[in-house]
Amino acid sequence: MAIEAKVNGKPVSFAGEPDTPLLWAIREELGMTGTKFGCGIAACGACSVHIDGEITRSCSVPISDVAGKSITTIEGLAAADGTLTALQQAWIAHQVPQCGYCQSGQIMAAAALLAKTPKPTDADIDAAMTNICRCGTYPRIRAAIHDVAGTAAATPATAA
Amino acid sequence: MGMIRRTFLIGGAALVGGGIFAVQYGDSSAKSQAAKLTDGKDGHNFGTWLRIGEDDTVTLYSPHTDIGQGSNTGLAQMLAEELDADWSKLSVVSAPAESAFANVVLGKGFLSEMSGYPGIIGAMPMSLLGMVARQLNLQITGGSSALRFTGQRGLRVLGAGTRAALIETAAGRMGVPVGELSTADGKVIHAKSGKSLRYGELAAEAATRSLSTKVALKDPKDFKHMGKSIPRFDIPAKVNGTAQYGMDVMKPGMRVATVIAAPVRGGKLESVDPKPALAIAGVEKVISLESAVVVVAKGYWQALKGARALAPKFSDGGNGLISTATIFAEQDKLRGEGKPTKTAGAGDVDAALKAGGVKVVEADYQMPFLHHAMMEPFALTAHYKDGHLDVWGGMQDPLGAKAAAASAAGLSADKVTFHPMLIGGSFGRRLPMYMEIVDQVARVAMQVPFPVKLIWSREEEVSQGAYRPQSSAKLTAALGADGKITAWRNDFAQPEDGLREVPFFYDVPAVARRHFKQVSNQTVGAWRSVNATQHGFTTESFMDELAHTAGVDPVEFRLKHLKPGRHRTVLEEVAKRSGWGSPVEPGHARGVAVVECFDTIVGQVIEASLAEDGTPKVHKAWAVVDCGTVVNPTAAEGQILGGLVMGLSSGIGEAITVDKGAVQQSNFSDYEVLKLANAPVVDVHFINSGAEMGGIGEPGLPPATPALANALFALTGKRVRSLPIKDQAKA
Repeated sequence: MAIEAKVNGKPVSFAGEPDTPLLWAIREELGMTGTKFGCGIAACGACSVHIDGEITRSCSVPISDVAGKSITTIEGLAAADGTLTALQQAWIAHQVPQCGYCQSGQIMAAAALLAKTPKPTDADIDAAMTNICRCGTYPRIRAAIHDVAGTAAATPATAA
Repeated sequence: MGMIRRTFLIGGAALVGGGIFAVQYGDSSAKSQAAKLTDGKDGHNFGTWLRIGEDDTVTLYSPHTDIGQGSNTGLAQMLAEELDADWSKLSVVSAPAESAFANVVLGKGFLSEMSGYPGIIGAMPMSLLGMVARQLNLQITGGSSALRFTGQRGLRVLGAGTRAALIETAAGRMGVPVGELSTADGKVIHAKSGKSLRYGELAAEAATRSLSTKVALKDPKDFKHMGKSIPRFDIPAKVNGTAQYGMDVMKPGMRVATVIAAPVRGGKLESVDPKPALAIAGVEKVISLESAVVVVAKGYWQALKGARALAPKFSDGGNGLISTATIFAEQDKLRGEGKPTKTAGAGDVDAALKAGGVKVVEADYQMPFLHHAMMEPFALTAHYKDGHLDVWGGMQDPLGAKAAAASAAGLSADKVTFHPMLIGGSFGRRLPMYMEIVDQVARVAMQVPFPVKLIWSREEEVSQGAYRPQSSAKLTAALGADGKITAWRNDFAQPEDGLREVPFFYDVPAVARRHFKQVSNQTVGAWRSVNATQHGFTTESFMDELAHTAGVDPVEFRLKHLKPGRHRTVLEEVAKRSGWGSPVEPGHARGVAVVECFDTIVGQVIEASLAEDGTPKVHKAWAVVDCGTVVNPTAAEGQILGGLVMGLSSGIGEAITVDKGAVQQSNFSDYEVLKLANAPVVDVHFINSGAEMGGIGEPGLPPATPALANALFALTGKRVRSLPIKDQAKA
């Protein structure tokens, strides 16, 4: 039995077995590849999407759980004409991505944080941004979030 | 190991060469093949790597894989600088995985550094090296080599040579002397008459000229593109989900497969009953390979369920008794036997250790296997159709991948096309020496009539790695009454020595760095910064131990052993920027380390405290970098930040351990990678010393772990000699 849901505002119908993780339904059934596979056990966050506004690791949510829900993926952040959100623009301005593979998930996590906490402190960022980036872009992720939120980032004092 | 095999080939070929030869831009057959592949309509190839279109477009065919380090942007800056190209008309594409695009310049730089025969390689003619590079399918990204070799010695020369050819062509057309012409933004300009000719108008004729190699490169004060933080080309597609990685390949009719390989490296598949997998909806085929079993299904989830339903029987290849402990025991035994594989250094260390009036200090260090943990697990797609095999995916050496696929499929290289895709992290894992997945996907593709994407699960990725080797070292030194080191001995055991790539730069009269070669059944490979992680940790930890033994401040102690020069400048600068010696917050302490690798010197100061659970909490970090010349400061800073974070991550929490011959870790749940909350704010500062250009992708990593361990000693008095640190400094 097909499972009806919304992805980026459009109605979709997932035909896979009910235990299929949402990640693979998005990638293989819908052919939307911006949401990434990283670990399969909700440990890395590369597959992060929003389900009814909540940040969720889609590799560990079966499609049977998303019936009637509204899902947003990285492809659904920008405006219909492709105009990037301020958050995505900050990611470019700070030259955050390196390999880029985890960045869809990082941006989705940051977007969810800012939706609930528009002026996050460093502690808020620490608590919300638990996705793994092996390239080590964390300092720039933090700076980009502070920049778009208009909050001050800590900087190391230099005696120079 | 592939790299070793290549070393011998290079060594053998070198005997044919000899003498000093001019630089060449590839031999005539490479040039004509490259032209055929790139010229297209109204385009003209220069030196294989550059195409100028009659519409003024300039295309750089990069022989490197941009893994996110920004090398393609940097290479474009270097080419544009010398060519005086119009930046708005320049684009970079991956060079086709064809032999004409084998990286000849890299052959000269990278292989001479890595092969151990610098003199021989340096004296080889470029034409011969070109042949060797093509024979070896050399199109590699590694060794922090892209900008310093390919860029500095290749693309800048090609840009300048092409610019000269364009000027000569314009001089002929205008009937003016070459000396009256200048270039800017893709035009040759005759200032006297105010006339100019576009590169696109000149390209066809200029391409028929032989390119000069005796070209003067620009003075840094005239740089327009180099040294600028030009935004990286690859970033916009990485913030909106459109960037396409190997994982993202979709082909009509494609199936998805996953694999389970022998858990004990060296083991073979003995038997497997395919029925439990085939009973799962969507599973279509179970394929037995020599040491692995592959499940092919409609989608990944079904393939994974199928693979998990199987109970394959694997042999252990006689490696079933190997463990982390037996590997360290074997290393200790080799050290005890006292017959080093290789020794570097000078002076009589034995005599200096026995001399009167010195204090002898000893320490033993242990370092675990480390996993690359690239965020994109291996994923390659292959399709065999009408006698031709196409392979799509991301590898650090597309030409090497093509050769490996051809070999596994039993096809000649001209029947295989490798399509390079974006890479979701690598750090050395996707080098050609350990491309099991290429072998697997090629063999599977030959058995099915449709395109098949083979995805490694994260569990497979973690347990079938090509790890940074497990390693140990006994450090011994003599301290004179004046607090100066009179003798230094490092007896280290691991697969490769790394002595040349990681020099010992302290001023000590007697030094012996003795390598005891030890290998296990685990596949080991290049892990970001390669042997500099082990040498950096042991040398900089032991320097700190000696400083404390001598009762001298760790920065002061190092300065006592550094003559004026680049290392000393780096250390003084990082001490100054970090406020070394000034009070820190209660419960915090600082540590310092300086490491040179890939011709770049990096000094780091780390300020840390202990969290409640006894693990380190890193608050701030300062890095000072001398890589000679910085091509793109923002991209370079990103590499240093990333290297520092990866160094902290591995030092604090990462270890691959072995029991009964098999790796015990399986996913991020038991292989702990640092997260944002524990990443410090970092101050990165570059010293543009003008020295020979060094690498930037790797050197940011090695100082981080010893600097942190040294900070923890300053904080707690507990010396960390075994990694990872975890909660060892707990009170």
